[in-house]
Amino acid sequence: MPTMPISGSARTWGTVVVFLLAHLASACAESHAEPHSPHPDDDVLRYVPDATAANDLHLPPPPFTEGAFPCSDCHDPELPVRTRRRELKWAHKEIELTHDEEHRWCLDCHDAENRDVLHLANGTPVAFEESHLLCGQCHGDKHRDWRAGVHGRRTGSWNGEKSYLLCVHCHDAHSPAFEAIRPEPPPPRPRRTP
Amino acid sequence: MSCEPGLSRRDFMCAVASCAVAACTDVTHTSFFRDRLRELSTADIAAIVADLEREYRERFGKEVTVGTEEAMDGVEFAYALDLSRCVGCRRCEYACIEENNQSRDPEVHWIRVLEMDKDKGIDFAHATPYYDAEEVPRPGHFYVPVACQQCRNPPCVKTCPVGATWQEPDGITVIDYDWCIGCRCCMSACPYGARHYNWSEPEIPKDEVNTDTHILGNRPRPRGVVEKCTFCIHRTREGLYPACVEVCPTGSRKFGNLLDPSGEIRYVLENKRVFVLKAELNTRPRFYYFYGV
Amino acid sequence: MSRRRLFLQFALGSLRQVLRGNLLYWGWIVGLLVLVGVGANAYLEQFRVGLITTSMRDQVSWAFYIGNFTFLVGVAAAAVLLVIPAYVYHWKPIKEVVVLGELLAIAALVMCGLFVTVDIGHPERFWHLIPGIGRLNLPSSLLSWDVIALNGYLGLNLIIVTYMLFTLFRGKQPRKGIFTPLVLLSIPAAIGIHTVTAFLYNGVPARPFWNSAILAPRFLASAFCSGPAVLLVLMQLLRRFTRFEIQDAAIWKVAELMAYAMFVNLFLLGAEVFKEYYSNTEHLLHMQYMFTGIGEHTSIVPYMWFSVIASVVAFVLFIIPWTRRNPWTLNLGCGLIYVGVYIEKGMGLVIPGLTPDTLGEIYEYFPSRSEILISVGIFSVGFLLFTLMVKVAVPILLGELRARDASGTAPTSS
Repeated sequence: MPTMPISGSARTWGTVVVFLLAHLASACAESHAEPHSPHPDDDVLRYVPDATAANDLHLPPPPFTEGAFPCSDCHDPELPVRTRRRELKWAHKEIELTHDEEHRWCLDCHDAENRDVLHLANGTPVAFEESHLLCGQCHGDKHRDWRAGVHGRRTGSWNGEKSYLLCVHCHDAHSPAFEAIRPEPPPPRPRRTP
Repeated sequence: MSCEPGLSRRDFMCAVASCAVAACTDVTHTSFFRDRLRELSTADIAAIVADLEREYRERFGKEVTVGTEEAMDGVEFAYALDLSRCVGCRRCEYACIEENNQSRDPEVHWIRVLEMDKDKGIDFAHATPYYDAEEVPRPGHFYVPVACQQCRNPPCVKTCPVGATWQEPDGITVIDYDWCIGCRCCMSACPYGARHYNWSEPEIPKDEVNTDTHILGNRPRPRGVVEKCTFCIHRTREGLYPACVEVCPTGSRKFGNLLDPSGEIRYVLENKRVFVLKAELNTRPRFYYFYGV
Repeated sequence: MSRRRLFLQFALGSLRQVLRGNLLYWGWIVGLLVLVGVGANAYLEQFRVGLITTSMRDQVSWAFYIGNFTFLVGVAAAAVLLVIPAYVYHWKPIKEVVVLGELLAIAALVMCGLFVTVDIGHPERFWHLIPGIGRLNLPSSLLSWDVIALNGYLGLNLIIVTYMLFTLFRGKQPRKGIFTPLVLLSIPAAIGIHTVTAFLYNGVPARPFWNSAILAPRFLASAFCSGPAVLLVLMQLLRRFTRFEIQDAAIWKVAELMAYAMFVNLFLLGAEVFKEYYSNTEHLLHMQYMFTGIGEHTSIVPYMWFSVIASVVAFVLFIIPWTRRNPWTLNLGCGLIYVGVYIEKGMGLVIPGLTPDTLGEIYEYFPSRSEILISVGIFSVGFLLFTLMVKVAVPILLGELRARDASGTAPTSS
């Protein structure tokens, strides 16, 4: 569990996201009836995150649940992959996809050939550590704002090092709309002295 | 806080008025018989800080540092708040209370989060800070947090009869708590309800007091004076974000140097459409509201 | 005899004068002293724990004290403005009118100072307001200007009254070369103090209820109603209990002039009411709070209607010659207009101006017990001061209290 320097509900969402994310990867390989052809060049798939870019933004690690990553622990690359859209019955049942679900399925984002990474629309693999690149494909305006420090929570120094958060620290990738949260109590109303 | 050495009003007042103030509880050389902070020399301010730190140590049983950091060159602070993201959770309101040593009894809240109706827009007459909900945002509503707007043309500064409040070079309007006479002209003048008065002795539990303070900001205040948001002057003059920015779970709150072309604020001004509250009053706030979506 | 010894004689004679009186006088004095004590006691508690003993809060941060202050500035201004008709109509007792008016102004100004003192959180820091020692925020702060205007006016009145009484005490007539310019100066000064006080509110764009160009004229008009009301009653009392000669004609003339002032006051109020209700902008809320209440928030509505009705009835009583000349209806009218203006300035200006507050919140202010006791105490100080000053001034004006010619012994009174 990464450090979430905020209290209450934000931390709760984080946990939920962690849980969901960690299980999504294995969900897509739930049934192994489909044929599977491994990538010819294994080295390309072993994507190494761009450490300098991540450091520049001071990104915390993605919110995985302990022990859930790497996904390949369950998703045996030797098994065939099913790309057909279907109801998940065995694993990841708790995932409710409300993120353009008409057009999207697990393997649009999760890489079928290397379960431990994501991929962009053009097939370029992207590490979970840099998942914002994936989000930015569709949400370019948000991504631009985020990069400028204007979308999302920013902590640290206004004239120095800032801490960024990944999109998935606040948004459940499968259901990104913000959940309602419990507010702090209202201020007391002023009372007259008799 | 510039220096004006030489003839000391303090000495004069010491001689003249020492008998007249027997009834006061906090009569000390440094707090009572002194000039405004902005006129005092560095040495005078150091003496005041030492007195304050001693007083707070006795009162809270721990070391409280009273900083005197001055405005940085080339810095003008500004704030931007994204109304399409604020959910009205009031995390900022309470983080502000803890960070800035606001009184817990009676409760002083520098930030007021107003709930407004979506079909009415920004309409204070139908707004309330007292919404009590299980969950926010509530359907049909949006939220407008309001605190000091750090005006470029502050009516509060204009109206203060003794010049106890002024704009610092970095744009923060501050109050000299030991010079304020508590007449509350500034509260009448403020169009944003940003100024708050200590109607009785402010109470801060010993274990909750924030020991990192600034002399013009969050140091524990005496009774009978006015206080307000200072953009967390004790944090921001050290390069940190204000507490409300750090705590906001939706990232609605943006802060930075207006003079830095690559900063967040300039990005917002350039790429979003901003507005200020009650623009018709020509207060020219440094606190911008925008719709990020 | 040296002037210094004469002045000592004047001071001692004055002291002797206030220490002498019948049972009614002493009953009045002791009664006032008791009320002063009650007020002082309440103030000690407020000083000890803070203004939490009042009902003021951040939402309504000025209220009863400042309303009383504003009302009394009006009394102070209007009392002196009576000098104008006294001149214009060549009233015989012009000196008397001037002196009594200025004494009333002095008492009212002292009350003003006390109301400001009890309203501020740190009265021991009063010296921050003293020019030269403190730091008056000039030229921008209107309260700074008000401090100067009110103290200047107080000083001017003290000089005029002391000069007049001391001169008469010495058996001489005030020199026109000194008296006339001072009195003429006090007239614009009287208008000035009330105008500056009006600007204190007027210059606050955050509060649309106050931010109206006719606020200062309204202040002056209402002051012209309340100030002379006090003096009319006082003149009748003096006529009854002393040898003071005040003609009916002079009293009726003042009443007639008051009727015009009442008309202007009601007219200006009507103009405000029209503007707000016809425009029907969000600024109407403040007037609605005053006259109809907003939702269940109606605590000041009855007072405001009482004030309006009292002012209208007083106007009718004063505009009809017969009721203006009948002492019963005249004094009833004086009472009604005094109360009407008192409520209008005391509650109807400050409280609706701040309700709803700038963020739309409605906090229903109503003065606390402590605020009322302290205010009663301050009014008692004012009445006490005024009584004592009149007690000294009247025999001097009547020639009953005079210095004994060059003898150096105690003054006599016939």
